[in-house]
Amino acid sequence: MSCATESGNCGSPAGQSDLSPEIWEKVKNHPCYSEEAHHHFARMHVAVAPACNLQCNYCNRTYDCSNESRPGVVSQKLSPEQAVKKVLAVAEKIPELSVLGIAGPGDALANPQKTFATFRMLQEAAPDIKLCLSTNGLALPEYVDEIVKYNIDHVTITINMVDPEVGEKIYPWIFHEHRRIRGHEAAKILTERQMRGLEMLTDRGVLVKINSVLIPGVNDRHLVEVNRAVKERGAFLHNIMPLISEPEHGTFFGLTGQRGPSAQELKTVQDECLGGANLMRHCRQCRADAVGLLNEDRSAEFEEVDEMQPIYDFEKRRAYQEKVDRERLAQLAAKEKAKELAIRENALDLKVLVAVATEGGGRINQHFGHANEFQIYEVSSISGKIATSFAGHRRVDLYCQGGWGEEEKLPSVISAINDCHAVLVAKIGACPREELRNAGIEPIDQFAHAFIEEGLIGWLSDYRTRVESGRIEHRPRGDASIRQGAYIAA
Amino acid sequence: MAYKIIASSCTGCSACEPECPNQAIFEKNGTFLIKPEKCTECIGHFDEPQCVAACPVDKTVIIDTAYPRYSA
Ligand code: SF4
Ligand code: SF4
Repeated sequence: MSCATESGNCGSPAGQSDLSPEIWEKVKNHPCYSEEAHHHFARMHVAVAPACNLQCNYCNRTYDCSNESRPGVVSQKLSPEQAVKKVLAVAEKIPELSVLGIAGPGDALANPQKTFATFRMLQEAAPDIKLCLSTNGLALPEYVDEIVKYNIDHVTITINMVDPEVGEKIYPWIFHEHRRIRGHEAAKILTERQMRGLEMLTDRGVLVKINSVLIPGVNDRHLVEVNRAVKERGAFLHNIMPLISEPEHGTFFGLTGQRGPSAQELKTVQDECLGGANLMRHCRQCRADAVGLLNEDRSAEFEEVDEMQPIYDFEKRRAYQEKVDRERLAQLAAKEKAKELAIRENALDLKVLVAVATEGGGRINQHFGHANEFQIYEVSSISGKIATSFAGHRRVDLYCQGGWGEEEKLPSVISAINDCHAVLVAKIGACPREELRNAGIEPIDQFAHAFIEEGLIGWLSDYRTRVESGRIEHRPRGDASIRQGAYIAA
Repeated sequence: MAYKIIASSCTGCSACEPECPNQAIFEKNGTFLIKPEKCTECIGHFDEPQCVAACPVDKTVIIDTAYPRYSA
């Protein structure tokens, strides 16, 4: 029931330089672990594990797990045989596919036979695809040996608390050792098993990422403690994601009016945790059976599992990986060069957020109106040097949908990136351009098709000059809203 | 008596199925059912009926009064 991920500016896995070579090798092509990789590689999840062994107050069991897969969405349930066939069919059409995850609906380890059968068969058919699983941790200590045996090198545990007092408010019950256990006792057992499972995995060299759902008023003050506890036990990444809660999802939190956090609240907690376990900010809480790169979901193309006759082409996949390796080197070089060019002594210190429209490949290559998600970067100029770091992504409704409804969509796009000073796009129409300007966000298309970092650094360097010369005034931006609801590509 | 599953509220999640000590639970058309003649209400095995304890949807697994109480 859990899978999510990101990179902050403090020792986070933004790139190779922050990591030991051994860990970099494990994560460099994993879109959920490396912020950089998620521009080039795709993950997919298969819903082979529908059963869960506990109840979360942010979950309505009629639908998928709302932590991992978004409320209101039902994934296609597959047998292990169907799941393997589907993965091979996707790998044939989408060479970017590098990771298969089992992550809900339900808990991968509450369905151990189905989960491990899928991994075993896939490993035989496509050994170059990495495997990962997500779990709430309750059953984890029992399955550590099997996780190691199947070479699953990434595990995600959803940990929302390390204190049963907090846990009681999140988990009404667990099913453990043939009993339904409630309240304080349930939360106590859960946290003990999560911590033990985490220790056992990191002892065996398995990379472990922690997901936490930020629930304002319940665990917002407590997540710093969670961060410390998981770091002590060797967690590789900590991903703090917003509660998604709407009454129509029918979850306990949705029905009782528990709200999710604003973008600013989320960032505040994420920033408080910097310096603890590495933070991850690029997780997009995709649905459990999502397929694709970045913000795309091509799962609709792969629904007819029983009709598929996939051919697994190692050569084609290797050629793609080599191309990506070259692009990534070019991207790194472009970033270093842009940084070099922007160095200026005695320049003004600035720190702003910038939104980027991209379809992947690490470039500014999407039309403003076609973006259903923006990547948000923090760009700063400190002592004359410009630095960039990924700060998250924001989902928006498509602004441009064949000419209808556009007028109403724009304000919601603006509110989603309202904390940004600029938005970098490949192209933008005259009308939204003006609206953005009126809202105080600069629409920038002069870096169309450049690498993202080149654009960010180029824009900030120009902005810095304009502020210094007095042509414009630097003003702080407001808060932004987090869009509720299922992420489904339009 | 035996337990029964209300098909209209069963999500088909399968959480109950492996928990039954008598293999009384099976899948049909995406939801799960209990074979009443195999169900022993978990008496002698566990303190609570496992299907009820495992099911995440309230009032989906209920006692079926059409069958007499199980006696070992
Ligand atoms: S009550 Fe026990 S024996 Fe009867 S169906 Fe449920 S789990 Fe099986
Ligand atoms: S646990 Fe409940 S919802 Fe799930 S399959 Fe069994 S009866 Fe249906």
